[in-house]
Amino acid sequence: MSASSHLRPYLIKLVLVAVLAIFLAQALFPFAWMAITAFKRDSDLYNPTNNPFLFNEPPTLAHFRLLFEETKFPRWVVNTAGVGLSTVLITLVLAVPAAYALSRLRGRLGQQLAVAIFLTYLVPPTLLFLPLSQIVSTLGFQDKLWALVITYPSLSTPFVAWLLMGFFRSLPQELEEAALVDGADRFTAFRRIMLPLAVPGILTAVIFTFTLAVNEFIYALTFVSISDLKTVSAGVPTDLIRGDVFFWGAIMGSALVVSLPVALLYNAFLDRFVEGLTAGALR
Amino acid sequence: MVSTALQREAAARRSRRLITWELSLLLPAVTYIFLLIGFPLLLSIYYSFSHISVGRRDFSFAGLANFRALFSDQVFLQALRNTILITVVVLVVVLVLATILATALAERFRGRAVIRYLLLLPWAAPVVMSTIAWKWVFDSQYSVVNWVLRRLHIIGPFEFPQWLGVPSLAIISIIVVQVWRILPFATVITLAGMTAVPRELIEAALVDGAGFFTRLFRVTLPMIRPIIGVAVLFTALFTFTDMAVVWILTRGGPYNTSHVLASWAFQVGILAGDLARGAAIALFMLPALAVIAVWVLHLVSRETTQ
Repeated sequence: MSASSHLRPYLIKLVLVAVLAIFLAQALFPFAWMAITAFKRDSDLYNPTNNPFLFNEPPTLAHFRLLFEETKFPRWVVNTAGVGLSTVLITLVLAVPAAYALSRLRGRLGQQLAVAIFLTYLVPPTLLFLPLSQIVSTLGFQDKLWALVITYPSLSTPFVAWLLMGFFRSLPQELEEAALVDGADRFTAFRRIMLPLAVPGILTAVIFTFTLAVNEFIYALTFVSISDLKTVSAGVPTDLIRGDVFFWGAIMGSALVVSLPVALLYNAFLDRFVEGLTAGALR
Repeated sequence: MVSTALQREAAARRSRRLITWELSLLLPAVTYIFLLIGFPLLLSIYYSFSHISVGRRDFSFAGLANFRALFSDQVFLQALRNTILITVVVLVVVLVLATILATALAERFRGRAVIRYLLLLPWAAPVVMSTIAWKWVFDSQYSVVNWVLRRLHIIGPFEFPQWLGVPSLAIISIIVVQVWRILPFATVITLAGMTAVPRELIEAALVDGAGFFTRLFRVTLPMIRPIIGVAVLFTALFTFTDMAVVWILTRGGPYNTSHVLASWAFQVGILAGDLARGAAIALFMLPALAVIAVWVLHLVSRETTQ
C-alpha cells in the first residue's frame, strides 16, 4: 500500500510523458517527413530497400534547385504575396471601421448586427464558389489575380470585424471622449486616439488574413487556371504533379518552404483567434 | 422645465447623429459582405432550381429536377454518406483525443509552453501543404507507413496496401488527416475551458476523495460543457465543408467512392460544367449549416442574458 502510494507521482509523470510523446510524434511527423524527403537524393528516395528514415546517401539541395530554377514556384510565391497583401489591405479598410462602429453601437441593434456579421463567417466557400465563378467571369476577372483579390476579403472580413470589435470594446472610451471635448471631430479622434491603441489587434488581424490567403484552395483552384497566375496553394498540388511523374523531393521542399513560416507565424497568434471564437462560451 | 425638454431633444439629436456616423462606418463592410456572401448564397439556391451550366446561361426554372436527378446519382448518395460518416467519426475521435491532450497540457511541467506550441503546428500550417505531405506518406509504392508495417511483420514483405487506392482505406486516410489537422484546434479550446474551471472546485472534489476520473467526468467536463460545444461546432463545420483534404488526397477516387459533398459539387459544377446540378449538391450542406447557425445564436444569447 505505502509502496504504491510512493510510486504514484512517478507513475503519473510517466503516463504524462508517454501521452505527450505520442501526441508530439503524430503532430510533427508530416513536417519531419517534408524535411527528410526534401533533402534526399532521388536514388535514395526511390529505393524501396532503403530505410526511409535515414539518409543512406549524402543529403542534397538538388530538389530546391529544381524548385526555384525550373518550376513556376517562385512565380507562385510572388503571386501569393501580392494577393495576400492586397487581401490584408482591403480587409482592414472594410473591417476596422466596421469593428469600431460595432463596438460603439450599444444595445440590441449593435449586438444583432455583430452576430449577423459573425454568422456570415460560418458560410463556407464550398457553398459559394459556383455562383462566384459566374460573377467573376461576368466581371471579366476569370484567370486574373483580381478574382482572388476581390473574393478573399469576404473570407476574412466577417471574422476580423468580430475580432477587432472585441478589441475596441476593451479600449477605454474616456480617451476618445476627452479628445472630442477638446474639439477634435469624430474622425480625428478615431484616427489619432483609437487607431494607435488598436495596433496589437490590427496586427493579429493582419496575420489571420494573410495566412488565410496563403491557405485558400477552392477559389484559387476555381477562378485561376493559368499556371503563371496561380498561388502556391493551387500551384503546388496541381502543377508540380505531372501525369505520373511526381517530383516528390521538390514538392516536399515547397511544402516545407511555405508551411514553416506560415505555421510559426500563425501559431504565435493562435490563442487570440481562438478567443475570438469562444468569446461567448467562456464567460 | 423648458430647458430640460430642450436638453433631451438635443441629446436625442446627438445620439441620432452618432448612430448615423456609426452606420456609415459599417456600410462598406456590410455592402461588401452582402455582395460576396449574401448574394452568391441566394444565387446558389436559385441555381439549384435552374438549368444553368457553364457557357449556357439558361436561368429558366427547372423545379425540383436537379434534386430528383441527385437521388438516382450513386456518387452523390455515396458523397452524402461519406460527408456524414467522416464528420461524425472525426468529431468523436477529435473530442476524445482533445480531452486527453488538454488534460495532459493542463498539468504544470517544464517546457510546457514549447510543447504546446509544437502540438499546435498542424492547425497553424497551410492545409494544402500538410495534406500533400500526407499524400506522400500514403504513397502507393514508397509509403513509409507500409515500410514500418513490413518491418514490424504486420504485413508481408511484398504487400503494398494502397492507402489511397482502396475505397475503405481512402476514407480512413481522409479521416486521419482531418483528425491530425483539427485536433490542435479542439485541444486549445478544451484547454481554455479547463484552465477556467475554479481551482476550489477541483480541490473540494479532492478533499471529498474523488479520484482522477471522477474529477474529470463529474467536475471538469460538466463545467466546461458550453466550451466543448464550441469545439464540436467548429470541428463539425471545418470537417464537413472542407474540400482541400479530399481533393488533394484522393480527388474523390478510387472510382468516385471517396467524394464528399464539396468535392462532388466541384467535380460536377466546375469540371463537368453543370452549375445547376453542382449548386444542388452543395446546397445539401445548408441544413447542417442552419443547425450550426442556430447553435451559435443560442450561445450568443446565453452570453448576453448572463
